[in-house]
Amino acid sequence: MSGKPRLTYLNGRGRMESIRWLLAAAGVEFEEVYLETKEQYDKLIKDGFLLFQQVPLVEIDGMKMVQTRAIMSYIAGKYNLHGKDLKERALIDMYVEGISDLMQMILMFPFSPPDAKEKNLESIKERATNRYFPVFEKVLKQHGQDFLVGNKFSWADVQLIEAILAVEEKVPAVLSGFPQLQVFKTKMSNIPTIKKFLQPGSPRKPPPDAHYVETVLKVFKK
Amino acid sequence: MSAKPKLYYFDGRGKMESIRWLLAAAGVEFEEEFLETRDQYEKLLQGGSLLFQQVPMVEIDGMRMVQTRAILSYIAAKYNLYGKDLKERALIDMYVGGTDDLMGFILMFPFLSAEDKEKQRAFIVQKATSRYFPVYEKVLKDHGQDFLVGNNFSWADVHLLEAILMVEEKKADVLSGFPQLQAFKARISSIPAIKKFLEPGSQRKPVPDDKYVETVRRVLRMYYDVKAN
Repeated sequence: MSGKPRLTYLNGRGRMESIRWLLAAAGVEFEEVYLETKEQYDKLIKDGFLLFQQVPLVEIDGMKMVQTRAIMSYIAGKYNLHGKDLKERALIDMYVEGISDLMQMILMFPFSPPDAKEKNLESIKERATNRYFPVFEKVLKQHGQDFLVGNKFSWADVQLIEAILAVEEKVPAVLSGFPQLQVFKTKMSNIPTIKKFLQPGSPRKPPPDAHYVETVLKVFKK
Repeated sequence: MSAKPKLYYFDGRGKMESIRWLLAAAGVEFEEEFLETRDQYEKLLQGGSLLFQQVPMVEIDGMRMVQTRAILSYIAAKYNLYGKDLKERALIDMYVGGTDDLMGFILMFPFLSAEDKEKQRAFIVQKATSRYFPVYEKVLKDHGQDFLVGNNFSWADVHLLEAILMVEEKKADVLSGFPQLQAFKARISSIPAIKKFLEPGSQRKPVPDDKYVETVRRVLRMYYDVKAN
């Protein structure tokens, strides 16, 4: 096994994408194993790799880590992206959890039945513009700093830029009422590690398509 | 504002119960404000206390914390229930993630139709006995220690006990294939702070009933149907 973390998931965004973002933002190179068949998945379970029979799985520092939040907390802690003390960590956790609720809606979207898609898209737009983005717009406006917490780049900033770009893919003009977030988006996109991740050929995955949905249903079929 | 943490939620379990458990396990006294009317909730919203317009909200150490996981992480770290280093914290986070998923299936239970309740009960028991309990049974068997992580009482132990008791409320003999968990349950239940929390008159909330469901729906204007897993 190389020293690099190894990610096991489908060849697509899903719950692993936020982990890819965070590792990339921290400048950490990683390997990926893609699940394509049910047999591969069943074998992983049989061989005892998946603590709760689920992916994401990240092999890192001798551990077989599962549970997305646990994995990201570990990476954030290890690479100094989790604040300087308990209170900064609390703020970062609150922001990340809020954004994660929004990302959950986007995660589930490709799997909604055709007649619910328009309603769900409307919900994503409504939540982003009325519940989540105003919070971060205000945070940035109030302290006037480049980063969300403690005047320092953190997990919260990575999660927010990921969410902004993901919502924009669905609602292109979504930042039109949010000047602070527009500036934030530009600033974060220019951070070298993030800039690199946003370029073609990076481990960043494209928006989920029909093939991805098909693969998910096939691999996890009961 | 008093020095004690103050919890804002409905008078019932929901997402706040794990927070009550953890504070109690840490021996921390807390106050509670129960949401009973829509007006109370709107007042909280207008006052700007709810960062994402949601409860749970906990006033603690000068912060108005929201997001259950963030609140629990803060409490765990503050009261030394989060392991001694990053790797122990990782293990605790993984284990808590599992019990959280399991308790998530129970969280929506009171909101289901009678027919869906039966289906969901079976689902909960199946997941508990085939996916979650075997993991913790094995962890305890493999290291032979009293606690899940690092031979020290932690958030993971509190969360697992809470989950065990909740599943037992759905099927009384669910631990019958899990001798380690039976011993664990007895052991953790007899820790003084937890024993106290398990006694009548504590701030532990009862199994949610129709009145609780009605209150939540009314306060949040949450009238849509909730589906089973």
